[in-house]
Amino acid sequence: MEKSVVFNNKLLPYLLLIPQLIITFVFFYWPASQAVWQSFLREDAFGLTSEFVGLENYTSLFAQPEYYASMLVTVVFSSLVAALSLSIALLFATQADKNLKAAGTYKTLMIWPYAVAPAVAGVLWIFMFHPSLGTLAKPLRWMNFDWNPLLNGNHAMALVVMAAVWKQISYNFLFFLAGLQSIPKSVLEASAIDGAGPLRRFWTITFPLLSPTTFFLLVVNVVYVFFDTFGIIDAVTGGGPAGATTTMVYKVFADGRLGGDLGGSAAQSVVLMVIVIGLTAIQFKYVERKVQY
Amino acid sequence: MALRQFGAAVAVTVALALATPAYAVTEIQWWHAMTGGNNDIVNKLAEDFNASQSDYKVVPTFKGSYPDTMNAGIAAFRAGTAPHIIQVFEVGTATMMSATGAIKPVYQLMKDAGEPFDPKAYLPAITGYYSTSKGDMLSFPFNSSSTVMWINKDELKKAGIAEIPKTWPEVFDAAKKLKAAGHTTCGFSNAWASWVHIEQFSAWHNVPIGTKANGLDGFDTVLTFNSPVHVKHLENLIELQKDKTYDYAGRANASENRFASGECAIFLTSSGYYATAKSTAKFDFTSAPMPYYPDVQGAPQNSIIGGASLWVMGGKKPEEYKGVAKFFTFLSATDRQADLHQKSGYLPITKAAYEKTVKDGFYEKNPTLQTPLKELTNKEPTENSRGLRFGNMVQMRDLWAEELEAALAGKKTAKEALDAAVSRGNAMLRTFEKTAK
Repeated sequence: MEKSVVFNNKLLPYLLLIPQLIITFVFFYWPASQAVWQSFLREDAFGLTSEFVGLENYTSLFAQPEYYASMLVTVVFSSLVAALSLSIALLFATQADKNLKAAGTYKTLMIWPYAVAPAVAGVLWIFMFHPSLGTLAKPLRWMNFDWNPLLNGNHAMALVVMAAVWKQISYNFLFFLAGLQSIPKSVLEASAIDGAGPLRRFWTITFPLLSPTTFFLLVVNVVYVFFDTFGIIDAVTGGGPAGATTTMVYKVFADGRLGGDLGGSAAQSVVLMVIVIGLTAIQFKYVERKVQY
Repeated sequence: MALRQFGAAVAVTVALALATPAYAVTEIQWWHAMTGGNNDIVNKLAEDFNASQSDYKVVPTFKGSYPDTMNAGIAAFRAGTAPHIIQVFEVGTATMMSATGAIKPVYQLMKDAGEPFDPKAYLPAITGYYSTSKGDMLSFPFNSSSTVMWINKDELKKAGIAEIPKTWPEVFDAAKKLKAAGHTTCGFSNAWASWVHIEQFSAWHNVPIGTKANGLDGFDTVLTFNSPVHVKHLENLIELQKDKTYDYAGRANASENRFASGECAIFLTSSGYYATAKSTAKFDFTSAPMPYYPDVQGAPQNSIIGGASLWVMGGKKPEEYKGVAKFFTFLSATDRQADLHQKSGYLPITKAAYEKTVKDGFYEKNPTLQTPLKELTNKEPTENSRGLRFGNMVQMRDLWAEELEAALAGKKTAKEALDAAVSRGNAMLRTFEKTAK
C-alpha cells in the first residue's frame, strides 16, 4: 500500500505554476507570437506604413538563392562548432579529472573564456588572425601560407569556428567535469581489475555513464550555435567574404537591423524557430533513446 | 554633521535655482555618433550655442556608432520619444527622407522659423546629397568627407617612383614597382570597398550608379553599375589581386592601419583619416586625388561626399523648431565653419568658410586637407555625380562588397559579380520602394 498525499485544493497547483508560466509567456510566447505576426506585414523602418501582405515575405525569402546558401553555411558552421567544442571539452575534462597538482588553477583557467562576451571574443580573434596585423597571422605568412580570411571563405569560416568553439569549450568543460566526478569510482576500479585499459574504460564505462550530460550539452550547443554566435560573426567577418560566414541568424540580424526589412527578418526568425524546435524534438525522440540515465 | 552638509547643499541648490531666470528654457535634444576628438567638438558647439543665447539649450547625447544612432532614433520615434536633432550617416539618407511625417525638412524648418537661409550659400557638392531634385535641403550637412588617395612619400621615393600617380594605369605601375621594392603583400589597397570602387569610382568617371540621377530623382531607380567601365576596372583589380599587387582590405575601415604601418604605400580611403594618419604614421605622407582612367571621357568629374548630416524629427512644438533653426544658423556662421574645418579635418559646408580658409593661407601649410575639396569642386556636378540615394543603402553596401569579394577571390568573373550585385541590389530597391510610398 502506498501512501499518497493529495491536495484537495484545485487552485493551488496553478498558483504554484503561475510564476514560471508568466516568465515563459513574457519571454517566449509573447515575442514569438509578435514575430509570427510581423512576418505577415510589410512595414517601413519607422513603422509609418504597415500593410498585411500574407505570405509574401516567405515567398520572397525562399526565392533568394542566398537564403539557401545561408542554410548550408549554418549546417557546416553548427556541426563543426558543436562537434569540436564538445569533443575538445570532453578531452580537457577527462584530463582535469585526473589527480593533478595544479588542478584548481587549470580548471579556473579553463572556465575563464566563458565570461568573455561574444563580440569581445570576436575582436580578440581578429587581433590574432587579421591577415596583416594579426600576431598569429604573421607566422602563418612566414610559412608561406596565404592566410586571407578577407577573401578566402574557408579561412573566414575556420576563424569564426575557432572563436565560437573557444568560447563554448568552457561551458561544456564545466558540465563534463561535473558529470565525470559523479561517476562512481568503484565501477571504474572494478573494470580496471578486470583488465580493461584506460581507453577501453573510457568507451565502455565513462562515456555511456556520461551520456545524459552529453545529450544535454548537445541540445544546448545546437541552440548556442544557432542563436548566440552572431555577435562573433558580426565582429570577425560581418558575414563575409561573399556570404561565406552568413549563418541564418546573422542574416536575420543583417536584414532586420542593417536593412530595416522587419517583415522579411521576422519571416526568417520564424523559419529559424521552426527549425530549432524541430531539431530539438528529433534529438529528444531519437538521440535520447541512446541515453542511459 | 552629514545632515548639516546636506542642508547646506540644498540651500545652495535652491539659491542657484532662484538665481536662474524664471522663464523656461526650451531644451533641444541632439543625438550623435561622434567619438574621441569629434565628440569634444560636438559638446563644445552645444556649449557655445547655449552660452550665446538664453532661450534654448542644446543637449548632445552620444548614441554609439552610425547604425546604432540611426536605429536608436528609429526606435525612439516608434516609441514616441524621438530627439529633435539626430545625426544620420549619408547612406541612411533615403531611409530618412522617405519617412514623411517622421522628419521635418530643413528648408521648411528654416522658412517656418523665419530664419535667414540661402541654400546657395552652401557648397553644392555637399548639399546636393541631402537635397531634393528641386534643390530643397532636407537635412543639414554636419561632417562631410570624400575619398582620397593616401601616399607614403618615403616608400614611393625608395621604389623609384618620381611622381605621385594620377591615373589608374599609373597607380598599377607604381604598385608593381612597390611590390618589386619589397612591398610583397600590398602594392596598393583601400578601405570602404563599395564606397571607393563603386560609388566614388562612378561619380569620378561620370558614369551612373543607377538611373534617375543615382536615385536622387525617385525611388523607382534601377542600378546600372555593371557597365563596361566598371567591369574593366574590376577585371584589373582581380588580375592584380592574384599576386597582391592590389590587396583587398575589407568592407569598412578596420584595415586603414595598413597604411600607417607602412605595409601599403598607396591607400584609398576617407579624407577623414587625416587625424589618425597624422598621429600614427611615422613617415612623410600626403593625400592625392583619386586616380582615373584617362580613356574614359570626362574623367575626372567630381567626387561625392561621405559623412553625416543632421535630421530634424517631426511632431515637435513650433518653439522647439525655432530653437533648432537658430542652432543651424549658428552652425553656418563663416568663422565657426572655417574653424570647425581646420580643427576636425571635415569639410566646410559653406562657400564663404572655404574661401576664408583659402584666404587665410591655411592650405599652403596643410595641402592634404584641400584635396577632398578640390575633388568635390573639380567640375560642376552632373546627374551622375551629384550624389546617390538608394533605399536600404546600409545593407546594400555590404551586398555590393560581397560580390566584389566573390570576384576578387576568383569565384566569379568581374561581369558576373557586378551583374549579381546589380540584380540583388535592384530586388532590394523594389522592396524599399513598396514601403516608401
